[in-house]
Amino acid sequence: MTGTRSASLFALALLAPALIYILIIVAYPLFDTVVLSFTNAALRPTYDFVGWANYQRIFGAGNFTEVILRTFIWTFFSVATKMIIGTLGATLLNAAIPGQTVFRILTMPPWIVPMAIGIFMWGWMYNGQFGMISGLLQNFGIISKPWPILAQGSSAFWATIVTDVWIGVPMVTIYLLAAIQSIPKDLYEAAWTDGASRSYRFRRITLPLMMPAMLTMSLLSLIATFNSFDIIWILTQGGPSGSTTTMIIDTYKTAIGSRKYGEGAARAVVICIFVSIFCLVYFRAVRKLSQGEAK
Amino acid sequence: MAQVTTRPRARSTKAMIDRYKWYEVVALYAGMAVFLFFVLAPFIEGFLVSLKPLSQLFSTPYNFIPQNGSFDAYFQMWRSVPMLGMHIFNSFFISSVVTLIVVIIVVPAAYAFARFQFAGSGLLLGMFLAVNMFSGAVLLIPLFRLMRQLMLLNTYWAMIVPGAAFLIPSSIWLLRTYMMRIPRELDEAAWVDGASRLYTLRRVILPLAMPGIVVVAIMTFIGAYAQQFIFALTFNSRTEFMPLPVGLFAFFGKQEVQWNELMAASFVGILPVMIVIVFLQRYLVAGLTAGAVKQ
Repeated sequence: MTGTRSASLFALALLAPALIYILIIVAYPLFDTVVLSFTNAALRPTYDFVGWANYQRIFGAGNFTEVILRTFIWTFFSVATKMIIGTLGATLLNAAIPGQTVFRILTMPPWIVPMAIGIFMWGWMYNGQFGMISGLLQNFGIISKPWPILAQGSSAFWATIVTDVWIGVPMVTIYLLAAIQSIPKDLYEAAWTDGASRSYRFRRITLPLMMPAMLTMSLLSLIATFNSFDIIWILTQGGPSGSTTTMIIDTYKTAIGSRKYGEGAARAVVICIFVSIFCLVYFRAVRKLSQGEAK
Repeated sequence: MAQVTTRPRARSTKAMIDRYKWYEVVALYAGMAVFLFFVLAPFIEGFLVSLKPLSQLFSTPYNFIPQNGSFDAYFQMWRSVPMLGMHIFNSFFISSVVTLIVVIIVVPAAYAFARFQFAGSGLLLGMFLAVNMFSGAVLLIPLFRLMRQLMLLNTYWAMIVPGAAFLIPSSIWLLRTYMMRIPRELDEAAWVDGASRLYTLRRVILPLAMPGIVVVAIMTFIGAYAQQFIFALTFNSRTEFMPLPVGLFAFFGKQEVQWNELMAASFVGILPVMIVIVFLQRYLVAGLTAGAVKQ
């Protein structure tokens, strides 16, 4: 190849549109968030720099640390459940039984359907007076009076997790299915010839070789779940009395709801710090995995 | 490589390995049934609700199966929410433009990353991956300010521009992986023959990468359709520009929610996406996993 310099210039020219787009629409807003977090910006046009006041206020109130803790609990249970159901689902979808293709197609709807629409459907199922869950439980005599799932703090919390799991499971399942299928077939053949049982093959071949994909998926899923907004907003808007208020919901309420841009931005910065930590872990894991693969 | 194949290539050994005992077959189908019930229950319930008259929804005891069900809601909904057709059109329009922008920006960028090593290329690639981790919800305040400065609030662009930004990074990664599989010798042969770099990209790479570009386009379209909530909720207050997910709130009346019509409208809104998926699921599963499992 002649002229690595002109090659680099050509590559940069090809990259320029993407780069400029991301700089304006993502990088600049990220920078702006940090700047805003040190101001008392609100609905009025002018604002001043106030130093660390916003951060002192949000961490001083006590309520915010509670929100952080809740966000982590919410995320942990959602991701853990997604991974367990996804692994089971991928194993099932990998089984060579008639109807396999149909099962695979039927798994995908929650992922494909516009999120909000799936959430509306759950909203109806959770309806305390007439919804399916409360209704069926009453019909079978398990509960005696209507169960307002989304109107009670503890059940609303778990209900939003169930919906998040429902939306996330197809993606995890399909991804893990692909991971299972990329395992070399001769490994199974060799083990089978040696008389290894099905469960032994699963434990000693499938699971260990799936591990990298499971790790990657749980980190990606962790980041997506941590940032989840639509589900909680449509189902409960963070209520009842804050029981489903995660960091994203709290930020949205402060910034867009109450028009406290500065305080909202400070919350957003805290989220960004957590997300950056997850990102670092993710990059490290990816690097480690690709090194392991090269060996 | 990471393709999900439904037809086993080596029938003989594979068929023997996968021979299940009768109770294993029963267990597999039972597991599948439970899994699919969790995935499909909201759709089944949503569809049944769309067939019920409103009075039947708000009566106890709860009935799973509609009595004298009809498709009335599918006709009535257009009168209840006169803008419904417009909302569905908006969703398609926004997703289509987002897809167009993403493809135009991503194709050259993916080629640059797939073929050229230049100072900072690894860093830039990492940066695009990192962008993937930040959700629009976190950057909502500065994005709102940016959209206001650019005078894009209450236009289609307020939903299109940020929407595309968050879909560009993952698409670059996906298409890059695809393009790296196209033999490098093809580019080099074209250069030796005196073709310019741009000509090579247009006439040699583009046709070969077409299947990959199609996958990226479909995934972007689905992603754009799915994510239409928070930007539309925050950056647009004009009914005529609202996409379906936000437009559906029109069924939430002052006294009661028109659940049957809401569900009917949801199904009409997702039907086209579902049709696309059923026809293209093979490409999709392959594309979804190609970018992720092996990087």
